[in-house]
Amino acid sequence: MAKQSIVPFGPQHPVLPEPIHLDLVLEDEKVVKAIPSIGFVHRGLESLVEKKDFNEMTYVVERTCGICSFMHGMGYCESIEHIMNVEIPDRAKYLRTIWAELSRIHSHLLWLGLLADAFGFESLFYQCWRMREKVLDVFELTTGGRCIFSVNKVGGVLKDMDAEMLKVMLDVTAGIEEELKVIKKTFLFDYTVESRLKGVGVLTKEQAHNLGAAGPFARASGIKMDMRTTGYAAYKDLDMEIITSEAGDSFARCEVRINEIFQAIDLIRQAISKIPGGELSAVVKGNPNGEYFMRVEQPRGEAIYYSKANGSKFLERMRIRTPTFANIPSLLETLKGADFADVPLLIVTIDPCISCTER
Amino acid sequence: MGIVKRSPWLLHYDGSSCNGCDIEVLACLTPVYDAERFGIINTGDPMQADIFLITGGINTQNQAVVKQLYDQMPSPKVVVAVGVCACTGGVFKECYNIIGGADTTIPVDIYVPGCAARPQAIIDGIIKAVALFQERADEQEANQKGQKTENAALNEAGKETGNGN
Ligand code: SF4
Repeated sequence: MAKQSIVPFGPQHPVLPEPIHLDLVLEDEKVVKAIPSIGFVHRGLESLVEKKDFNEMTYVVERTCGICSFMHGMGYCESIEHIMNVEIPDRAKYLRTIWAELSRIHSHLLWLGLLADAFGFESLFYQCWRMREKVLDVFELTTGGRCIFSVNKVGGVLKDMDAEMLKVMLDVTAGIEEELKVIKKTFLFDYTVESRLKGVGVLTKEQAHNLGAAGPFARASGIKMDMRTTGYAAYKDLDMEIITSEAGDSFARCEVRINEIFQAIDLIRQAISKIPGGELSAVVKGNPNGEYFMRVEQPRGEAIYYSKANGSKFLERMRIRTPTFANIPSLLETLKGADFADVPLLIVTIDPCISCTER
Repeated sequence: MGIVKRSPWLLHYDGSSCNGCDIEVLACLTPVYDAERFGIINTGDPMQADIFLITGGINTQNQAVVKQLYDQMPSPKVVVAVGVCACTGGVFKECYNIIGGADTTIPVDIYVPGCAARPQAIIDGIIKAVALFQERADEQEANQKGQKTENAALNEAGKETGNGN
């Protein structure tokens, strides 16, 4: 047997945008085992329910993660709305859907960039981030913020989009669609990129199922699961097909995410063509009493928001279960037997969001 | 800041940030905002870095990491705290695991406010950091020169008086 050595990886590492620590047990150049240790970003955000009332908590929950901030806020608000039996106006539902899908585009573009960076294709990284800036401009136009825009509230949304903004949104997404068609060629049909992605880090459907993988990561292994089909917000009125792939390798994950951007653009178009007029928020009176599980499809997979209220201003318990947390066991599985040089790439393919995971 | 005499290298570490400030820092380094035009370059290696950009507050687990990264940087060094979390603890100030802003662990020179801090503000912070770095580097150089001449003078004096044996 070859000699085993342990290489510490992180928490500060050039390819890692976020702190996670792995102890990699190596045999020559092959990873035998990866032992994670987490907690570098743990803040104890859920405990803030004792100090902030349920309305203020919206803004704290939004700061679970700055990439999918909007969907965190939305998931939390919907859980409270269900407890309080508040029916939010249709326009608010559609606006939430549009912002959520835009967030997905921004998150996936960001991921594509990081992936390109991980396999050392710097100009591709810059191209993806350049496209992403356009989405951020739309966010800024419609909400005033770039990453964290706090437009959710219990009972609806705080800001409206007028016809002009919707038009800008259509134009920008159309532009992104065109550019993505070009960039897609590099990601999916380039010999060099293929050689870094194809067959790397294969996770079979069975493994993905047993280890409880979520989101695009699971869909790339052929699991048909997408929480948007449960029909929260306005998704029940929109047509969508779950995008899956069979191969289960890094290439499939890349493919699924690229197709999801096209899908998100399509969903935005549908939503904009159907958006009804009307109020932005419903009147919310009193305090919540009861409990609810809300499941939301985030760019990284299924996130669960559990709220338990006891009739007072402060919730009794709030819990978030995030997709990256669900994907870590599968990541450790794919790392086994991988080349040492592929480790950063494989970590990136689950689209890790450590700050969500540790909260 | 006048003409750039030195090109400081920049190290970015995510303390316990929510990623909001984090991706804004990254966005600053990509061509749209292009902070690299001010002569800085992003590096992943603390031992070669001159400017330390920290996002997010300090918690019990990352405190040692932040301290270590700071200690590994050669002097002179400048620390920039990006976002209210790094400045004071921000929304998470009352969380049980948060000790406070970055200044609870390392000396911070420049505070960039905002939640998330906007790229314009971050660039402003970086420019200030570059200027401060030049100042400190000049000072250090002058000190070293001063020390050298002092040493030389001492040596001279030693030669004159003490070389009887
Ligand atoms: S200042 Fe705001 S955006 Fe920045 S890390 Fe803290 S919570 Fe996130």
